[in-house]
Amino acid sequence: MNVLLGIAGSDEGIEALEKTVERTLEAGDDLTVAVVDKPEAERSQEATVERAEVVLAEADLEATVRTLEGDPGSSLVDFAEHGGFDRLVIGGGTESPMGKIRLGPIAEFVLLNATTTVTLVR
Amino acid sequence: MTDGRLYPEEPAGSFPTPPATVADREGRSIELRTIDGGDADDREALVEMYVRFDPTDRAQGIPPTGEDRVRDWIETIAPEGIHVVAVHEGEVAGHATLVPESDDPEAIEEPAGITWELAIFVLAAYQQAGIGTHLLEHLLGHAEGLGVERVWLTVERWNAPAIGLYESVGFERCGTESFEQEMAIRLA
Repeated sequence: MNVLLGIAGSDEGIEALEKTVERTLEAGDDLTVAVVDKPEAERSQEATVERAEVVLAEADLEATVRTLEGDPGSSLVDFAEHGGFDRLVIGGGTESPMGKIRLGPIAEFVLLNATTTVTLVR
Repeated sequence: MTDGRLYPEEPAGSFPTPPATVADREGRSIELRTIDGGDADDREALVEMYVRFDPTDRAQGIPPTGEDRVRDWIETIAPEGIHVVAVHEGEVAGHATLVPESDDPEAIEEPAGITWELAIFVLAAYQQAGIGTHLLEHLLGHAEGLGVERVWLTVERWNAPAIGLYESVGFERCGTESFEQEMAIRLA
């Protein structure tokens, strides 16, 4: 399967990457990692790309890492549709101090707009 | 998560404080009292309530299902939390709680300096009887007495009854563009 993982510069994204790498190795999928442009993120796009490449290298997994410009949700859905991907994977939200799951606006946009199957990583 | 959350400028009105006994709309006598999240017996009473909680009434993944996961969750949130329970004939029927948005024990010692996340759960047999409002009001009254100033919560955006309940005690909607509606109240 041709899988696209979308992440922003957050710990949630790196956790999603680590779990997706595990799954990719098990399933023998092809993985592309897209780092979206979220200016308010903890890490810059460049730093996130570097971090993703380290995670992939440590797992000895070959995968393309690229950046996407523009609105994060929209650019991700657009790239997933036009890049011939079977599945779009994103982080499954953060937890509040109470333990409530919180989905951000990128996840909401992707869920409501993607024409590919979407996987939320928890 | 504290960043950018807008709290009402004016403090909400005054709230009643526990302990208190009220009659619900079904005529049941409901005792509202605080419990100590640091006390193992009190935490166990919460676990007993939550293992009986109907999973269809869960919100955003809490409470978890299954006794082990309920116990893990209570052990995580309860010790530093502020709690009021509704008790009917010795049985915990509802629980309202505030959890600090900080892991720093020194910060938690100064409740006014940090923000607190609210959650409330009422067992199905006790819903639609006004107990939620009593629980919320007494929790906020108790918290105000402890020095808490800023309280927030998230609620599923389509859950109009819950949003209405929160608004009725003084919560205001604040910024969100997502599935969850964020709401906030200022106590002082």
